[in-house]
Amino acid sequence: MTTLTLSKAINAGLRRALEADSKVMIMGEDVGKLGGVFRVTDGLQKDFGENRVIDTPLAESGIIGTAIGLALRGYRPVCEIQFDGFVFPATDQIVSQLAKMRYRSRGKISLPVVIRIPFGGGIGAVEHHSESPEAYFAHTAGLRVVACADAADAYSMIQLAIASDDPVIFFEPKRRYWDKGEVDTTAPLDAATPLDRARVVLPGTDVTLLCYGPLVRTCVEAAMAASSPAPGAGPRSIEVIDLRSLSPVDMATITDSVQRTGRCVIAHEAPVYLGLGAEIAARVTEACFYHLESPVLRVGGFATPYPPSRLEEHYLPDLDRILDAVDRTFAY
Amino acid sequence: MPNVRSTAETELVQLLTPEGERVEHPGYPLDDNADIEGMYRDMVLVRRIDTEAIALQRQGELGLWASLLGQEAAQIGSGRALSAKDMAFPSYREHGVAWTRGLDPMRLLELFRGVNNGTWDPEEHKFHLYTIVIGDQTLHATGYAMGIQRDGTEDEAVIVYFGDGATSQGDVSEAFAWSSVFNAPVVFFCQNNQWAISAPQERQSRAPLYLRSSGFGFPGIRVDGNDVLACYAVTKKALAAARDGQGPTLIEAFTYRMGAHTTTDDPTRYRLSSELETWRLRDPIERVRAYLARSGQAGAAFFAQVEAEAEELGARIREGCRRLPDPAPLDLFEHVYATPNSIVDAERDLYTAYLASFEGEGAAR
Repeated sequence: MTTLTLSKAINAGLRRALEADSKVMIMGEDVGKLGGVFRVTDGLQKDFGENRVIDTPLAESGIIGTAIGLALRGYRPVCEIQFDGFVFPATDQIVSQLAKMRYRSRGKISLPVVIRIPFGGGIGAVEHHSESPEAYFAHTAGLRVVACADAADAYSMIQLAIASDDPVIFFEPKRRYWDKGEVDTTAPLDAATPLDRARVVLPGTDVTLLCYGPLVRTCVEAAMAASSPAPGAGPRSIEVIDLRSLSPVDMATITDSVQRTGRCVIAHEAPVYLGLGAEIAARVTEACFYHLESPVLRVGGFATPYPPSRLEEHYLPDLDRILDAVDRTFAY
Repeated sequence: MPNVRSTAETELVQLLTPEGERVEHPGYPLDDNADIEGMYRDMVLVRRIDTEAIALQRQGELGLWASLLGQEAAQIGSGRALSAKDMAFPSYREHGVAWTRGLDPMRLLELFRGVNNGTWDPEEHKFHLYTIVIGDQTLHATGYAMGIQRDGTEDEAVIVYFGDGATSQGDVSEAFAWSSVFNAPVVFFCQNNQWAISAPQERQSRAPLYLRSSGFGFPGIRVDGNDVLACYAVTKKALAAARDGQGPTLIEAFTYRMGAHTTTDDPTRYRLSSELETWRLRDPIERVRAYLARSGQAGAAFFAQVEAEAEELGARIREGCRRLPDPAPLDLFEHVYATPNSIVDAERDLYTAYLASFEGEGAAR
């Protein structure tokens, strides 16, 4: 076991993928000499060369469009979009081309392209640097969408994403980049949890709390707080599930949990309106109707643009807002 | 008046005049491999494909057709300039280029009939799938060319087709920038057919299109797009330069969309018939026919044989199109992902059960 920050764990995973397959490439703005604005690709260009770790022109559509061309030629590009709010210039290439070319060609074309996107708020950034655009991509058939939450998982998930023959949108929780964790860098990849599975982070019996990315840590902290509450309130056993895969969502793991607990809360930073939580709530209602003790509740960002950073603590679901939603599921 | 060079002042590479007269251009000598009879034959045959497809659309057999009428020389000339290893990225009107890559026109009809979205193997034909979103393929071509660079091969280049309208798309400018800074072996072949549906070329650019590349640091050349020999020679030279490590070239093939944008379009609403008549005098096929006949390179027997081939091809297309089977309903769930996907699988199961609920009712669903 090695202690690594989440960003270093992704770096180690990228390095291992570059070593394992000469077709793997990294491309993006400032990913080479600088090592990326978050240093996730630090040192990779020095060790693997400018042909495999490309500092690109400043054009997101160009990054994804040329990655598609490279994939058509047999390469496995890992693209970095510098910040969540900068992915939109590439949306056409992602939605109209990357997602659809396998279907268009009836399976003759594979586009094993990974798009890494640091996402979410909480770092006091200016506009366009704190967004959670995952629902746009999860709504597009042909893409796999995942979000990592901690160092150990990020290390294997990035390698699984690169090994996938489908395009993968890989969301990285930027405010957790500096969180440390124990990572087994010698473990074989086939022993890792598959990319399309959710995982129970903390078992519980009273309510299922679904989350992903940056809110996994927040939800675990909320569950710990609820297990030994303030005087006057009873302890609550919260089962925290890290979805990991946002498309497809692992309904089997979710359903199994909610049928045991009878209650479900979904937390994400993205706006609640038409977010991942809406889809999951509908599916949980269909699959667990007779097990539910209360409606499925959602807690997340508001139906506003991401606010200026001095307001983000109000926008982002924190421990208290998450526990407030949990409390409300017991009020029915 | 705009402070740019006007069309009249720009050079247009031409090797065969509209009257069928062979002229020389010092920069673009016609190589000995140029098979002029073969080019004529190809142009006649792809025009026949086009004519038949329009008729099939009118009969309800195709949902849509994007006509290449008037652009045969640009497509056959450039397509024939490609080596077997060169890769072509088309938009959705490159039926002539498809023909030169050995693609059965039935594959194109399948797409426009709605049977599939184009299912040929791009690597087998070195001809990528049609791209309908305007300009997207220029970046794919550039990336593919960057792959060629990384593979270290020196006998391959890429050509990408797009129109005058596409030059306004950001992706095309990004492809120009990328291919230039990475010196990628790609040829940008812009068929300026003067019209992007109803928008004239003047609405896309104040400067002649072939000058666009100079700001990106690579050469641009305007060629008579209705002159198959010039298109062939200019493309051949640009591809050779790309393979030789000299980076990208922009070719503007100055041509004309003789027909509608697609079968749903009505060009009489936005352009004058006199314009069409002017361009009819520059027909890409007639000038080659005149040249072949006048120079004695081909006689009546050759022209009759090509005509017979066209008849045969037309019949094959008519019958083949009507015989194309519809895909099975559950095909719609296939090939969304490389591996099983729980969401798609669940929907397939539900829809399978739904369809099964009609079994025994006698009506085919």
